[in-house]
Order: sequence, then structure tokens, then C-alpha cells
Amino acid sequence: MPLEAVASQYETGTDQEFLYTLNFGPQHPATHTTLRLVLTLDGETIVKAVPDIGYLHSGFEKLGEDLDFNQYVTIVDRMNYVSPVANEIAWHHTIEKLMGLEITPRCKYIRTILAELARISDHLLCVGAVALDLGGLTAFLYAFNEREKVYDIIENASGQRFHPSYTRVGGLINDVNDDFVTQVRAFVKSFPKAHSDVCRLLNKNKIFIDRTQGVGVLTREEAINRSCTGPVGRASGIARDLRKDEPYLAYPELQGAFKIVCSNGGDCLARYLVRMGEMVESVNIIAAAIENLPSGPVNIGTDSNVVIPDKSATYRSIEGLIQHFELFMWNRRFETPVNEVYGANETANGELGFYVVSDGSAKAWRARTRPPSFIHFATFPHLVEGHQISDVAAILGSLNIIAAELDR
Amino acid sequence: MALKVDDNIFVSKLDDLANWVRKHSLWPMPFATACCGIELMATASSRYDLARFGSEAMRFTPRQCDLMIVAGRVAMKMVPVMQRIWLQMPEPKWCISMGACASTGGVFDTYSVVQGIDRFIPVDVYVPGCPPRPEQVIRSVLDLQEKIQKGGTINGREFARRDTYEGPGDRLGELDPSEVVIAPGNFATGKRLRGLPLVS
Amino acid sequence: MNHQEAIDAKFGAESAMPTEFRDNKRLTVPLEKIYGVLAFLQVQRGFDMLCDLAGIDYLGYADATDRYGIVYSLTNTNSGERLFVKTFANDPDPEVPSVVDLWEAANWMERELYDLFGVKFAGHPDLRRILLPDEFTSHPLRKDYPMRGYGERHNFPTVTRAES
Repeated sequence: MPLEAVASQYETGTDQEFLYTLNFGPQHPATHTTLRLVLTLDGETIVKAVPDIGYLHSGFEKLGEDLDFNQYVTIVDRMNYVSPVANEIAWHHTIEKLMGLEITPRCKYIRTILAELARISDHLLCVGAVALDLGGLTAFLYAFNEREKVYDIIENASGQRFHPSYTRVGGLINDVNDDFVTQVRAFVKSFPKAHSDVCRLLNKNKIFIDRTQGVGVLTREEAINRSCTGPVGRASGIARDLRKDEPYLAYPELQGAFKIVCSNGGDCLARYLVRMGEMVESVNIIAAAIENLPSGPVNIGTDSNVVIPDKSATYRSIEGLIQHFELFMWNRRFETPVNEVYGANETANGELGFYVVSDGSAKAWRARTRPPSFIHFATFPHLVEGHQISDVAAILGSLNIIAAELDR
Repeated sequence: MALKVDDNIFVSKLDDLANWVRKHSLWPMPFATACCGIELMATASSRYDLARFGSEAMRFTPRQCDLMIVAGRVAMKMVPVMQRIWLQMPEPKWCISMGACASTGGVFDTYSVVQGIDRFIPVDVYVPGCPPRPEQVIRSVLDLQEKIQKGGTINGREFARRDTYEGPGDRLGELDPSEVVIAPGNFATGKRLRGLPLVS
Repeated sequence: MNHQEAIDAKFGAESAMPTEFRDNKRLTVPLEKIYGVLAFLQVQRGFDMLCDLAGIDYLGYADATDRYGIVYSLTNTNSGERLFVKTFANDPDPEVPSVVDLWEAANWMERELYDLFGVKFAGHPDLRRILLPDEFTSHPLRKDYPMRGYGERHNFPTVTRAES
């Protein structure tokens, strides 16, 4: 993108007029993925930052108008690819809200456990990557070791370790097995040690604190005006968490198991500490949920004409076969109310919402995403102004910008 | 009487030596754009540990690398960047197209995603999967090592012959011509549109 | 007094048409009053966060009378209340007043909406394309734009081995 040189704001003739422009990205290790910044610098100080995004724009929302509600889950997966399950749950939460479906208790609990595991996995990557960018490789390796355990659990449940595509309208693609429970219990047991390892590496690390404390401060008013949600908003003192404010899934029954982690620092260190605190709360939720996992079916009844019958029903009963055909013939599928609805979940990055417009068919007329990364990245030029060039990595990492969610 | 060793024999041995050295010190340039980038990080970190195969020295500047791993889909805006990074890498260099999106566009058959990076840069190894498991990435590095050992020459003669486009065939026929020629905008047009009127 | 009555009292009758679906409360506001209503809701009714800005193209939608729908999702961060304010714009020159001076967050959201739908925002400080390249001339989320585009995605030169 051609950019005009920024005119110097100082008098000519002083040595301050030598502002220069630095191109940061789109392929740079600290951007993690693909985003570009055009920085105007005065020495090492950033005078102005102009983000240039869209390097990963893939037309997600156009695909959402072409695929049906069950198919689009594979695309939604790839939106925030650090915690894919959370996106699926948010998407099908909205669709079930549109269709007025109430999912089964077992499904609610399994989805809750997976959503919290996804949150942990997202925060681990974010914390590890911040540490990596600020020069500490060890925390990154510890975090990734723990993420592999989350991958194992998700792989056991769904068959795919990265993009599980596990949820369906009205339930899940299949129930979990007993190993799932064992694995989750083992994770709940082993996670605190890894968490304290990372804490001990970073919390009192002088270099880490010096590079994050007071850097990229976002006040509460600014955070509200700029629509910050999730850890970024909570680190600035917005005590808002959809799990408490608009409880969904199994959260109404698990209110006693967790607290909202807030801070009023608003800087990178506060965002780091909020994420570390949220992981502890997430483990508490998982521990409470796995012990209270209800029995029963994971899908709502097949009389709802929404749920895909399982393979044995399709192959061995005429009703199952008919239902399978009804759901997969392109001119049948299921009917939805002709209306529009907004549904949102609290994912690791913030409020992930979908505004779905339905024209009565099984495809969305419009599948608008409210992407937290996009909204948080819009605050970036404001946060980075006046800081040193080395603070760019710290601020970018603390906002946890995921390019696929940013550009869609 | 002195034995005269044929030049060919000597050269081929040196080739082997060079290939052996090259294949065990691949320096990857992770051109990570999307989901596959996270799996690439997983491949390099604790559990899978790409360092076991001599390819762990990830460098983020193309001028220090000889293996480009394109991990993730490449959008329209990213193509010129990718080509420029490829051109900045010193010879000899190789390219791994990691994942379905980089190889074929994957699930993203939309207006802005390139349907396979091999339309625009040469590719040596394709890795299927969305995203591929870390084991597959390691396998692709091993396959590339084998390819280097078998086919490499010390002065890169194997590349000199490859001056033609190696990607998929001309797929313009699939599109309705009326759709192709009205490509709006002022894009840098080149070989992909040869034979068709360029739009200014 | 609920929000709709308060708006009607200030802006005249039928300034806000309430609808409701599930837990979403919506107000449909005519285009010429949208800026005033949003400012009123922010200052007087406590909706301090612009949660989302969604654009919809209703071309071909059953019973649709207007082409572009713009939905402002507002949130009250103190009470947690949500409100969806909807307005419509039409061809040939869809234009909506910008709300960047009310909510800074609207800056990029409006740029995105302009990029993907071609709806202009009057008074926006920096209305450029944000996701697509500057050379792009279409607005891809419009319903009359094909999903696979017009071939722009392959309009680049090819680099071969010998050239590199």
C-alpha cells in the first residue's frame, strides 16, 4: 500500500525533523503471522504507527453464505486457530439460539470442558510467545509441552488434533469415551505444575517485568470506547465476562467454580497476569465440570429433524436412513426461522460473536463475525505511540493478535 | 604410466559431498501465515523436536535460509511478498508447501486465496493435511533431504534446466472468459494472462 | 421509560421501530436520524460500548425493501444490557453517517464495512480499504459478486527456478 510520508511536526532546521519510516512485516517473527506496520520513527521512539492488515484475508464470511450451518464449522475452526474448538462452540451456540434448540446436559458439559481447554491452550501460546519475543525461550517450551496435552485430549475426543470440527447443530459429532475423562483428570492434575513453572520463570523476571510494566497502557475509558473485551478489557478494569454476565452452556451451574480475573493496570504486564490468572480459573472450571459430567445422550432427539443420526442408525434403520438423506440432500436439509440473531461466547481473546441472518434455509444469508483480534488490533496505533521500537513486540504479543481472525 | 581419473568421477563425488553437507544443514525460513504456522511451531518445540534432523535453525531473514516452508494459505495481498522473499533467498534453495491451503487452496476456494502457491513460485515437496501433523512435516524434511542427496549438483546445474513454469497447467480454460478478462483493478499482470487482453 | 419510548419522545413519533427475537432487542431507525439516536443512546441511555458493526446485503432476500442493512450492536458495560440498532442504506450511493467521534472502535469497523460492502461513511477520518488491496475495485461481500471472484486471485506473474 503506498503511504505518504508523514510531515514533520517540528520546526524545520532542528535535528528533530529527521523522522524516518520503518516497514515492519508482513513477514516478521514478532508479528507471529501476517500483519504489517508502517512505523514513523524519531530515533528509537515511535511517532506514528499505521497498521496495514488484510494479508490473510480469505473470504470467511463469503464462505459462510455458501456452506450450511454444519459445514461452516470447518471454516470457523480456522478463524482463531490457536483455540479452534472455542470458535466452533460459539458458532453453534449462535445457530442453536437462532433455531431455539436446547442442547442436552452432557453436551453442555463436554462443550464447556473443551471451551476451557481451548482457553488454556490459547493463553499458553500467548504467554509463551510473549516470553519468546522478549527473549525467554524456556517458557515457550514449557507452554508448548502443556499444549500438546490439550491436543491429545481433543484428538481423543474428535479424531483431529488441531481443527477438530467437533460440534454439530444440536450436539456433537460423537460422544467422548472414558479415556477422555481420565485424560482430562490427568491434565487437571498436571497443569498446576506447568503453570507454576511458567510463573516462576516470568513473574519475578526483572527483564520481563521491565519490558512489560507500564508499556502499552490502556485506560478503562479508552478500553470501553474502543470496544475491548476479554483479557485485554479485563486487564484495563472492565469487569465483564460473558460467562458470568450472560451464562451459557454449563456455566450457570458452575458459577461457584470460578471468578473473573481483572486488573486495573492496563499495561502489558497486567494483560499477562490476567491471562495467567484465567488459566487457574479455567482449570477450576474443568475440575468441577469433569466430576459432574452428566450421563445421557450428547445429541438432542432425532425427532428434532436437525441432528445427524449416528452411523449405526443410518445403516441399520429406515428412520435413520431417511433422516440422514433429509439432512444431506441439498434441497431438503433443515428449516430455520426467517430472522436474524446475534450470539456471543467468551473465548480466550474476548467476545466472539456471530450475527447470523437466516432466510429460512440451512445456509446463513449473512454470517458476520465479531472478531476480537480485529477490534483489539485497532487500538494498537494508540498503544504504541511514544514507546520504543522494541516495545512493539511486547504490545503485539500481549494483545494476542491472531491473523486469521483479524483478516478472516 | 600415470592413471588419469576421469573428470566426471571426481565431480560426481564432490557433488555427493556437497549434497551430504547441504541436506544435513537445512536452514528453514518459516513463511508462516496461518494455522500451519502453529503446527510448525509445535514441530520445532519440545515433543517433536525438528532439531533431531538438523533443520532446527529457523531464521527469519530469507538471506540466511535455504529452505522456505510456506505454512498456511496465501492471500492475494501476500503473493508479491512471498515472491520477493523467495527471490531474496540465496541459491541453492528449496521450498516445502505445507498443508492443503498452500498446496491447493484447501477449503478456501474464494476470491482472495491463491489456489496453490506453485502457480507463482517453484515447489519441491507438498505436504497434505489441514494442518499436517508434525510427523508429516518431519517426513517432508526427510524426503527433501533424500531429494537433495539424489539430485543435487555442486553448482546447481539441476536448477539451470528448470526455466519453465512447473505449476499446474493453464487453468484459465475453466473460467468463463468473460469472467477472466474483466478482472478489475490494476494488478501486475503477467504470464498467467498471456494471450488475453490486459486490463489497465 | 424504555429506550424506544425515550427515542420517540426526543426524535418524534416512529423514530424507532422495536422488534425482538430470542434475547435480542432491536430498534430500526431511519437513516436520517441514526446519528442522533446513537449519540442519544450513548450519552443518555448508558450504551458506552459499540460491540459490533455488521453489514448485510439484502439483494434478493425475500420481502426486503432496502438493499444494505447496518446493525450497530450496543452494550452497556455497567448493566450488561444489549441493544441492536438497525438502519438501511440504498444504491446507487449508499452513505451512512460515521460514528467514529462517538466510539473510536467504529474506525476500523466502518473501514471494513466500506471495504466489503461499499457503504460509505460520511465524516470518517480515514475511509480507505482495509482488508483488500488498494487496487481492488469490487466489494466482495455484495451478493452480486461471485464467491470465486473474477480471477483477481491469479493475476500475478509467475517466478520460475531460472529467474530466482
